[in-house]
Formats: sequence, structure tokens, C-alpha cells
Amino acid sequence: MTMSNLLEVKDLSFSFDTFQGEVEAIRGINFELKKGEVVALVGESGSGKSVTSQSIIGLNPMPPGRYKSGSILFEGIDITTQSENNMQKIRGAEISMIFQDPMTSLNPTMKIGRQIVEGLIKHQGLTKPEAKRRATEMLGLVGLPNPDKLIFSYPHQFSGGMRQRVMIAIALACNPKLLIADEPTTALDVTIQAQIVELMKDLQKKLETSIMLITHDLGVVANIAQRVIIMYAGKIIEQGTLDEIFYKSRHPYTWGLLESVPRLDSKEHGRLASIPGTPPQLIHPPKGCPFAERCEFAMKACIEEYPDETTLSSTHKVNCWLEDPAAPTVKRPVHLGGTI
Amino acid sequence: MGESSKTLLDVKNLSKEFKVGGGRKLKAVNDVSFSILEGETFGLVGESGCGKSTTGRTILQLYNASKGQIHFNGKDILKMNKKQKYSLHREMQMIFQDPYASLNPRLTVTEIISEGMDALGLYKGDKAGKYERVLELLNKVGLKKNHANRYPHEFSGGQRQRIGIARALAVKPKFIIADEPISALDVSIQAQVVNLFQDLQEEENLTYLFIAHDLSMVKHISDRIGVMYLGKLVEVSESVELYNKPLHPYTQALLSAIPIPDPKVEMARERIVLQGDVPSPMNPPSGCHFRTRCPHATKECQETVPALREVENGHFVACHLY
Repeated sequence: MTMSNLLEVKDLSFSFDTFQGEVEAIRGINFELKKGEVVALVGESGSGKSVTSQSIIGLNPMPPGRYKSGSILFEGIDITTQSENNMQKIRGAEISMIFQDPMTSLNPTMKIGRQIVEGLIKHQGLTKPEAKRRATEMLGLVGLPNPDKLIFSYPHQFSGGMRQRVMIAIALACNPKLLIADEPTTALDVTIQAQIVELMKDLQKKLETSIMLITHDLGVVANIAQRVIIMYAGKIIEQGTLDEIFYKSRHPYTWGLLESVPRLDSKEHGRLASIPGTPPQLIHPPKGCPFAERCEFAMKACIEEYPDETTLSSTHKVNCWLEDPAAPTVKRPVHLGGTI
Repeated sequence: MGESSKTLLDVKNLSKEFKVGGGRKLKAVNDVSFSILEGETFGLVGESGCGKSTTGRTILQLYNASKGQIHFNGKDILKMNKKQKYSLHREMQMIFQDPYASLNPRLTVTEIISEGMDALGLYKGDKAGKYERVLELLNKVGLKKNHANRYPHEFSGGQRQRIGIARALAVKPKFIIADEPISALDVSIQAQVVNLFQDLQEEENLTYLFIAHDLSMVKHISDRIGVMYLGKLVEVSESVELYNKPLHPYTQALLSAIPIPDPKVEMARERIVLQGDVPSPMNPPSGCHFRTRCPHATKECQETVPALREVENGHFVACHLY
């Protein structure tokens, strides 16, 4: 393990056993996260992005879930083999998480202050007054007014944006090395989303926490992330730096994603480029490339076998048969901008 | 936009209040006026709680208006009796946000789509004709014939929204109110459904009221856009104009808050980040409702409510700055 890597996910596969059969939620993914880095995990619902993040923090219910292969090394410790007792020491202290829905992820019967203090007393062994002081400090840090009064309020007294700020305060209270943010702004209004994104950027700089941001909003990705990982049907199909994904991407699915969002600054008013069809079922996932049946460039090989990873630069990797020397040359859609 | 410029829907000084107990009233929609031309797509945007959905639902008469007039095709909807209102739904239909909650799970697709036709007494006694129409509709929205006898749970979100669209189209309406029709769908599916909306508009000569909070999608689909804040319409303009030259400080902040999926553009942008939250509609600020978050607020904003005025040709704004 290289020193600068905080997290290394190697050949990870995770399945859920259901009455209908095995749902292969993640199928052999590899990626790493460096210290202080902001990485975005992008994909549609069912692509496995949330299962990936929940495996890292050990929140997937097991059973019905189970690891099929691979490892998740967090500072050299393999998360997949840790006992629940050990996980409780890591969770909240080393890795913490904020969720999509700030309305349901706070305990409605507990005062805000107590919810922040809880982790501080457990993980950092602070005394009650110390923890309370720290909780007030955290609420101030996330930009809430009158923090010394707010610690005595209940979640229902807060708006959605304020609750998400409280969630961030709880998550960052113990100075974790990794913050997983699962669609942190999806449930919020745009003007509030802008506030929260600014706050996360700001805190990331101040505290140097690594952030794994799970989202489907490419606008938010462009705003905050340094690297992007694109997932589809339980596989990572492309990953690269922000520029590599937005301006030099090579996978037709990435192109499709970028093309199907209307841009506020576009002059065109015509039809949106859309990806036909729907993602495949993960109960019997296709053995070839899962995107093949929706891909306009699909070839015979795409249906028969999953393509190997092609390394385009030290950071840019793609899994697509179009990279094969024998494949026809396909031009990246021009209006996506950027150069190849 | 169609060539004809006949006004199809004209909303004047519409207000809708809800009683919330203790004798208090919540003004969800407050003195809103706008009109929609035939063949046009009018987008209504705003944050949650701004009254955009209530406006749509009041137009369809799912709620009774508290004040104001709504003229549809020249007739005043609010003066209609029950029977007339019923037949109004032949011309006006709605598509809902949540494709999971808006379809009855115990009915087949055929039954769902024919419900409107049955209620309005179309195809009475003509079972075969009705089935034929259902198949025609399925084809129109991009579903297959063999989907007709299935139940909603067998479909994905995007497909369900297509069923909802087929149901709305079944009675051949002129006007469709689409309330956040794509916000529950995945990105790649959103584009499919938006394209379908545009195709159907051309084929069926439909007029849309498109309600959404996603301004980039609204800008893409709409000819004109109305921006709402706390029950008030604060700006109405042609959609490209609204983007190029937003006048109301709220519209400016709203546009600036939307991230653009392009890192270089994002890097160079200067963002107006509004402070604080939307005030409670139970107790809105005096004068201009936006003044508590507005960077340009003056004493005048505190005292007088700005009226929606035409500042430039076709560009209306309710702000004391203009």
C-alpha cells in the first residue's frame, strides 16, 4: 500500500441473497482514494454506488448481503474482515457518513446537542462539558447561528438545509479521515444546495478530510470533485480526473450521461440526446458489457465478454471494447467540448 | 411555439389560502397572474413551498381557489358548476411527480389508462374501440402492446411515467399540467421523457404548464418561464431572455446556484449564495417577500409590495429596482 492512499478497494464484489436469486450489486471494482482528495462516485440508481459506500463504512446488512471477493483497505486495515466491535471504533471516528435525507437521518426525540456529543464521548473519551463545548464549536463551524442555543433544540425545529448542516457537524465532530457523503444535496432546494456545497468545499480545505461524494448530479461533481468514478450495473466503467471525465472521456455511457443533462448555459433548444432503454437487472447480469444493449457502438465482443481495463493515463482508466486495437474508431460527440 | 397566439389559459389575481387551524391561514398562492398561449410550454419554477404545485392544482380545480379568476378557452372556470367542471377534465389533464404513487397498484395498465375515458363516458359500450385506443396510446408513449395487461409494479420509473402520460392523453386534452414529471427519474431516463413530451406536443398540438424546480430542464423545455417565491410570481419572461438577463435578484441567485456540468465553466463562475432559508409562508415578511434574503433590499421593499410590471417587451418583474 502506497503511503498516500487512504483507501484501496481491490476486486470488491458484493451480493445480496434474495428470494428471486442473487443480486450482484457490485461486481469486481477497483479504486483508491488519496489523503485529502475529493472523489465523486457517479451512477444511476441501481448502479451500486450506494452499496459501495456502505461497504466501506460497513453498513450493509449481512445477511442478506455478503462479500463475494476482494478487500477494502483503509489505512492498511481490511474492512471486510473486521468484527462489528472493531467497526464501531472506526465508524464515526475514522470514517463517517452523511446521508441523502436530512429529515430522517437525525433522531427526532433527541436534542441536537446530544446527538453530536454522543460520538465525541464514545470515540474521543471527552467529558460531558468538554464534548458540549466541542459540539457548540462544530455547529458554529458549519455556519449555524447561535450555536449555544441550538444545541438544546430538536431536529423538527430546523429546516432541511439546517438539518444537513447538523449532519455534517456530527459527521466531522471526531475529525474523521474519510467522509462519505451519499447524495448530500439531492433532497435540498437549489439555493440551499449551493450553500451546502460551498460549506463542504470550505470544510474540506480547512480540515483536509478526504471526501467520497456519491451523486448523480454532474453539476455538483464539476463544482467540488477532483476525481470522478463512473459506475454502471455494479461495475466501474471509467474513472479519471475531473478534466479527463468531462473533456476526454472515452466510454459511450459517460458520453451519454454528459449529453443527457440540459445545460443552463446552452443556446440550443432542440432534443436532448438520450440513452435508450433501461439499465439491466442485477439478478442475472449480462456476462458481457452491461451497457452493450443500450450502446449505439455495441459490437459482438461487447455482448460476449466484459472488456479489460485500459489505462489511458496514470489516473484515467476505462473498460470498453472500443479501446481494443481491432475496434473501429469512434469519435467523441463534438458538442461535449474538450479535445482528445 | 405554435403560430397562433390565442390565449388558452388566463390566470388573474389567483390566490389560494389553506386553513391551518387556530383561525390561521396559509397563503400558498398570493395574487398570481399569468397567461399561457395555445401550443406554448409555460414553465413554473421555484423552491419547495413557493406555491408552484398549488397553482397547478388550483387551475385543474383539485383545490378551490380563494380569490381570482381562471379563464380557460375564454370560459371562467371558477364560475362553473360541478358538471361543467367535470367535463373540463376532458380538456385539461395532469401528470404527477411520483410515478410510483400515482398509479393504482391493483389496476392493469389498460384499466389505468381507460379510467379517464370511462369517467367521461367515452367509448361507452365500445369495449373493442376502447382497447384499440389504449394500444394506440401505449404505442404513442413508447410502450409495447404486451404491456397492456401488466401491473404497475412490473415497470421501471421511466416506464411508469410513460403510463401516466398515456393516461393523461387518453381523453385527448388540449392542456396538460405536468407537476415535476421528471424529478423522480434517473438522468438518462429524464432525457427520454422530456423528448417524449416535446414529440407529443408537436403531434397532438398540446399546451403545457410544466412545473419543476430544475431550472436547467425547465429552460430547455419551456418557451416562457414564471419564477415563484413564497406564493408570489416574481418574474415572467421568455426562457432564453430569462437566462441571459434575469432581472429579479431572486432569479439571479437561483440561476447562479445551479451548477453547470462543466468544470472549466464552474471554476470561472462567480456564485451568488443566498444566506438563510426561505421564510415560513405562515408569516411572510412585509413588503417584498424576498427582502430578508435580498442583497439589494431597501426601506421601500420593507413597506410596499412590488407589483408585477412589464419592464421590457414580454419581460415582467416584481421588484422595486426596476
